[in-house]
Amino acid sequence: MTVAITGEEVVGALDKELKGAVKSVESEGILVQAEKILDIALCVKNNKNLKLDYLVSITGTDYIDYLEVSYLFYSLDNNKRFTLKVRLENKSNPAMPSLTGIWIGAELQEREIYDLLGITFSGHPNMKRIFLWEGFHGHPLRKDFSNGN
Amino acid sequence: MPELITVGAAISPNLPWSDWQFGFWIHLLIFGIGIISLLLGSVIIFIWLERRLVGRFQRRLGPNRAGPLGLLQSVADVIKILTKEDIVPSRADKLIFWIAPIVAFTPVVLMLAVVPVADGALLADLNIGILFVIAISSITALGVFMAGWASYNKYSILSAMRTVAQLVSYEMPLILSMVGVVIIAGSLSLNDIVKTQTVPFIVLQPAGFFIFFIASLAEINRTPFDLLEADSELVAGYNIEYSGMKFATFYLTEYCEAIVLSTLAATIFLGGWQGPWLPPIVWLLLKIGIVFCFIVWIRSTLPRLRIDQVMGFAWKFLLPLAILNIFVTSIFVALWPETPAWLMGLTNLAILVAYILFWSKLFKPGGKAVAV
Amino acid sequence: MAIKTEPILLNLGPIHPSTHGVFRMRALVDGEVITDIEPVFGYLHRGIEKLAEQKSYRQFIPLTDRLDYVASMNNNLAYVTAVEKLAGIEVPERAEYIRVIMSEIQRIISHLLGIGSFFNDMGTFFTPFFYMFIQKEKLTDLLEMVSGQRLLFNYMRFGGVSHDLPDEFLPALNTFLKEMPAEIDKYERLLKENEIVLARSKKVGILSPDMAINSSASGPVLRASGIEWDIRKADPYSIYDRFDFDIPTGTVGDCYDRYRVRVEELRQSIRILEQAVAGIPKGKVLNPVPLRFRPPEGEVYSHIESNKGELGFHVISDGSDKPYRLHIRAPSLLNLTALRKMLTGWKIADAIIIFGSIDICVGEVDR
Repeated sequence: MTVAITGEEVVGALDKELKGAVKSVESEGILVQAEKILDIALCVKNNKNLKLDYLVSITGTDYIDYLEVSYLFYSLDNNKRFTLKVRLENKSNPAMPSLTGIWIGAELQEREIYDLLGITFSGHPNMKRIFLWEGFHGHPLRKDFSNGN
Repeated sequence: MPELITVGAAISPNLPWSDWQFGFWIHLLIFGIGIISLLLGSVIIFIWLERRLVGRFQRRLGPNRAGPLGLLQSVADVIKILTKEDIVPSRADKLIFWIAPIVAFTPVVLMLAVVPVADGALLADLNIGILFVIAISSITALGVFMAGWASYNKYSILSAMRTVAQLVSYEMPLILSMVGVVIIAGSLSLNDIVKTQTVPFIVLQPAGFFIFFIASLAEINRTPFDLLEADSELVAGYNIEYSGMKFATFYLTEYCEAIVLSTLAATIFLGGWQGPWLPPIVWLLLKIGIVFCFIVWIRSTLPRLRIDQVMGFAWKFLLPLAILNIFVTSIFVALWPETPAWLMGLTNLAILVAYILFWSKLFKPGGKAVAV
Repeated sequence: MAIKTEPILLNLGPIHPSTHGVFRMRALVDGEVITDIEPVFGYLHRGIEKLAEQKSYRQFIPLTDRLDYVASMNNNLAYVTAVEKLAGIEVPERAEYIRVIMSEIQRIISHLLGIGSFFNDMGTFFTPFFYMFIQKEKLTDLLEMVSGQRLLFNYMRFGGVSHDLPDEFLPALNTFLKEMPAEIDKYERLLKENEIVLARSKKVGILSPDMAINSSASGPVLRASGIEWDIRKADPYSIYDRFDFDIPTGTVGDCYDRYRVRVEELRQSIRILEQAVAGIPKGKVLNPVPLRFRPPEGEVYSHIESNKGELGFHVISDGSDKPYRLHIRAPSLLNLTALRKMLTGWKIADAIIIFGSIDICVGEVDR
């Protein structure tokens, strides 16, 4: 079974200065500040005990008040999984650092989130729409999206 | 000084068609019409044959609805293709686009002019028959290149470039493979070559036949050398923009080339029209059919090579073997003209096997990425 | 004087025989060599994730068929297990067995097509493709027997499967399982040691293990790079922990290894099917769930080892009868992440077979 690593375990493994970036701890993941996501991701990837080296999936969700991006990681060696979440309050122009520098697997998924939810990932090598065409207005997975009908 | 080119020089005087009572022009007319109708007729049959055979190789039936055994399928296809709209791309080089199919098709028909269907029964018995065939066959590459270039399409340009590289490379072993036969026969005339074959030359020259067959597969763009069409890479290759009659001409060219090269293989290496009981023309057609079926068998079995592998195969494998073959054959003929056939054939076969075994040691699978 | 040359921009797709649907690559070629390539997505984008938010949980099952349309049972399975996990729905024993049987049949179908079209890309004139298609058709007949459809089955339901197996199904499957190993041996005799196949696919398009992990590759692509990761073993869903099978892995991560891994997986799927057919119990196949049921608030990520890789459904519920958000982790899309690095520097002919060896389904890439 792929066992979920508890949030406490991960927080315990983080460096001291990164502990402040953790906003809340859940049973299967932690919620962190958007600006610190790169450092935290690097930390969980390189930590010898966690070894979360496989980025599985990135999901972006529109919760009306804020946008949430959740990252799911596996540790292929230890057969563990872990979720990292980020909330973006600024819905008009949401932006956060891109993880493509650490996992190139993030490249297409971040483009997808940019396309469908409108979150800009800074540092992404090719930040443009992936499924919809250039010139499309709006981001369909936003809850307030309307296609004009 | 003998005339360089003589027409009808080798025709035996005691054959019924040797002394044409109606004269040269009638002879030309009858054989001209005969060759073209035989070729076009056999294309229809051979397309059907290929599709049925490929069907069987692939554990299915093949076309079997139009006419008895599906024989009318090709006819139906021809009617369909001729009624199609003839589209010329707006940015194509119109004149070359128009000429290209003709340039590709004509030399293929011309090649049959020197092939005898019975003793002395041929359009023109050139004493340089093989040279004529080689010279004429290269022109097809030009037509294909013109088509690819004039279409103004990136796929067809890639295909045109591959054409030139591949056809020119394989011309070399193709020509050299026939030299061994010419040395033994002592003549360039195809009629003489057939008559010399008391034993088919494939027995004397297995290596020569091997090279000739592989090189002609490349010349007629058949698997594993079908890089010009490469349907999975270049979609359709040089004829991608062609439709209607012009496309049909290219299609025809391809099959005619296959038939003509089968004919040459049958004439040069398999004894041509010679054979017991049956009339000569039947023997020739039978042998053509066998070679053609072999081509179809290879087509439905092997994958395609990459362009660098194709070129490497021609220059590094076939060409040295062809030169080796010429060398050994000429030693035999020059120093020991009375060599028994079995010894000559066995030596040739041994060289072929040893060469393949040696070369297989150097075989390295895979490829290397180019640093970009 | 050097001849002036310029690279040309070659559009491979969206309409091209070897892009397996409507995938498009913009390739910059220098002669035959690809110097840069940019995949272009979206020609088959139907907004399935948005559609999910407007349909009830059950209404969405037929839409999952349209993801990886050569293996729609697997998509069904991934979705229903996700929702069952979210709502805590129990599945009867017999239904679990049926699900495993369907899933493995789909894996065989998909791999047969994957291998067949890989060899088509390599230039064989459809012969391996037809050999495999004949076997694939037998399996499609089986699936038609249970669901009445031949492509988009819509067979799984929350709490089981829609119908029980017809009486003829298991005997027919048994016949197939008996003849299939001999068929695979036939493919191996044809293709495994063929010099041209070796010359074309060995050491071509190598995906190193580090790169495979870093680019989130999964399924046969990941395993061909030598990483033993199969969700059926790592995180057994349904009843996969009861079956005995191996995870085939490659060593180099080239096109040839990816082809080998798929062939070995065919054999493993047959092993699983044999065990499942032998062990299938009697009983009901569906625990009834109300048509418009409301799972509790919460979110769940559930994954299966689909034929192409890890197929995950991230379902977020707000307690209503429609998913609040549904994200599909599509293996085909993520396996393409490394495409650019894998193709650059290779010739066009190589690029085609590297792309073919990844074996994508555009329905899943674009969703």
